[in-house]
Amino acid sequence: MDKKIDKSQVKKVAKLARLDLSEAEIEEFAVQLNAIIDYVERMNKLNTEGVEPMAHCLPVSNVFRDDIIKESLGTEKTLANAPQQDGQFFKVPKILEEQ
Amino acid sequence: MELISAKQLRDKIAARQTSSVEATKAVFARIAKIEPIVGAYISTFEEQAIPRAAEIDKRIAGGEKLGQLAGVPVAVKDNMCTTFGTTTCASKILANFHAPYNATVVEKLLAADAVIIGKTNLDEFAMGSSTENSGLKQTVNPWDTKRVPGGSSGGSTAAVAAGLCYAALGSDTGGSIRQPASLCGVVGLKPTYGRVSRYGLVAYGSSLDQIGPITQTVEDCALMLNVIAGHDTADSTSVDEKIAPVCDYLAKLDEPVKGLRIGIASSFNAGADEQVRKAIDEAIQTYKKLGGTIVEIDMPHLDYAIAAYYMVATAEASSNLARYDGVHYGHRTRKPNDYIEVYTKSRAEGFGKEVKRRIMLGTYALSSGYYDAYYLKALKVRNLIRGDFVKAFEKCDCIMMPVAPTTAFKIGEKVDDPLKMYLSDIYTIAANLAGIPGISIPCGFDEKNLPIGLQILSPAFSEEKLLRIAQMYEKQTDWHNRKPKMGVETQLKIQFNG
Repeated sequence: MDKKIDKSQVKKVAKLARLDLSEAEIEEFAVQLNAIIDYVERMNKLNTEGVEPMAHCLPVSNVFRDDIIKESLGTEKTLANAPQQDGQFFKVPKILEEQ
Repeated sequence: MELISAKQLRDKIAARQTSSVEATKAVFARIAKIEPIVGAYISTFEEQAIPRAAEIDKRIAGGEKLGQLAGVPVAVKDNMCTTFGTTTCASKILANFHAPYNATVVEKLLAADAVIIGKTNLDEFAMGSSTENSGLKQTVNPWDTKRVPGGSSGGSTAAVAAGLCYAALGSDTGGSIRQPASLCGVVGLKPTYGRVSRYGLVAYGSSLDQIGPITQTVEDCALMLNVIAGHDTADSTSVDEKIAPVCDYLAKLDEPVKGLRIGIASSFNAGADEQVRKAIDEAIQTYKKLGGTIVEIDMPHLDYAIAAYYMVATAEASSNLARYDGVHYGHRTRKPNDYIEVYTKSRAEGFGKEVKRRIMLGTYALSSGYYDAYYLKALKVRNLIRGDFVKAFEKCDCIMMPVAPTTAFKIGEKVDDPLKMYLSDIYTIAANLAGIPGISIPCGFDEKNLPIGLQILSPAFSEEKLLRIAQMYEKQTDWHNRKPKMGVETQLKIQFNG
């Protein structure tokens, strides 16, 4: 089996997925993802030329409603599960360096 | 506690032969004894359930006409939002999450006057086939406590099988209702995509997820579907009832389907274990005796269903789970060095291994350079699979096949080999890709006394007929009446001896 996913590939994907993986996890996933992708490639045996990709099994279209103001969740309920908040906003660590 | 069906209990409560309080207390007494062994629940609500039951009893005594599940103790999988208790998805990342609103199905259970007694365990975010991926606890199979209950709705199926509730809700993205129902010897229905509102169901694979009932009997399944089916303006993928009307699934349940044509894909079914195959063959013989005829069907693309599914489902999962960012709700890492670490460390600490693996797989499938080869290819294969069903249903009313290739496997047997675990979903996945309904009903036991399920698939929005077909079989057999011997004394001894 040729290696489709090596450790550097796993690291790159982990960065895209915003996952801080340990070195052991990176090694493990490199092996496992390879095995899974190798299996998935059986799809290549099928000729899918001219076949429409089907993202959804039902015809889905936009659903509109009249623009009427309805009751919303409200600040208190919205912030209730926040790891950190100040009663009005979600709080996060500072992202701008001080000049 | 008397093990009667949900509908029987409802009728007894309505006739005041028993009360909801009596039934609810009996369930909690049983939970106190058996739940420490089974581990079906993440949370239970005795303190609010008993007063609610009392209120329902009072209303019945007052002559009020109540909902279809009046007084019946039911359970809900813990990936459906409730304003009471927590909604954890069996994940550490949501261990303390209190949902600000109820899922539509929860509102519907409450409107039907059911008593919600607890929330059941699952594979974290419904990702798994054994409930071993729960980040919070282990659930065992009530038929053999060394074995898995199946998954991901393993908490709900174990609870129904062990008599720890009268009926439950599960969710099914690739078989997560049907497969654990089969492994636990109960009835499980995945309705047509769009039949039941997904509002308040924590999303895994949005184009595949569907909520459905897990029950002791086919009749209970029809009753539960009556309560939860229907259009919901809060879910844009729930189907307009003008296009696909919801009916009373109980009304004609006992009417057998005349001239039933059963589709069988022989070569596909051959992949199952010998004892499973034997039970399925015997079930089909029973249908033949009831007037059914067998139609051999060709499903050339089913062998590619797992490959397509694990690309589509993980791609959707990687996108859906991006919302767990350590900012709005859920776990946040203690001391992030910068804002990027708020994301990367919170997610690394909060998610379990299988969830990380699927996020990685989905991110890979959607990433630049691989999108066409994996994700787009999978969507095309999905269309071919749908086409297989369209063609097959021109020749038959339903398709019968196993639910799972084996009966319940041992705890730990497949955890280290994710691909092997994925392959156990071979028979259930295609229905999700095609959006059609499927049911698992008990159809026998193997020589280890482990339950086997028969799967019946039917065209989109034909649940009424599907349930009638299932009922034809259930009336001829008594597999569904067999209950696991949860002899509490011996079981407890096993546990104490380690």
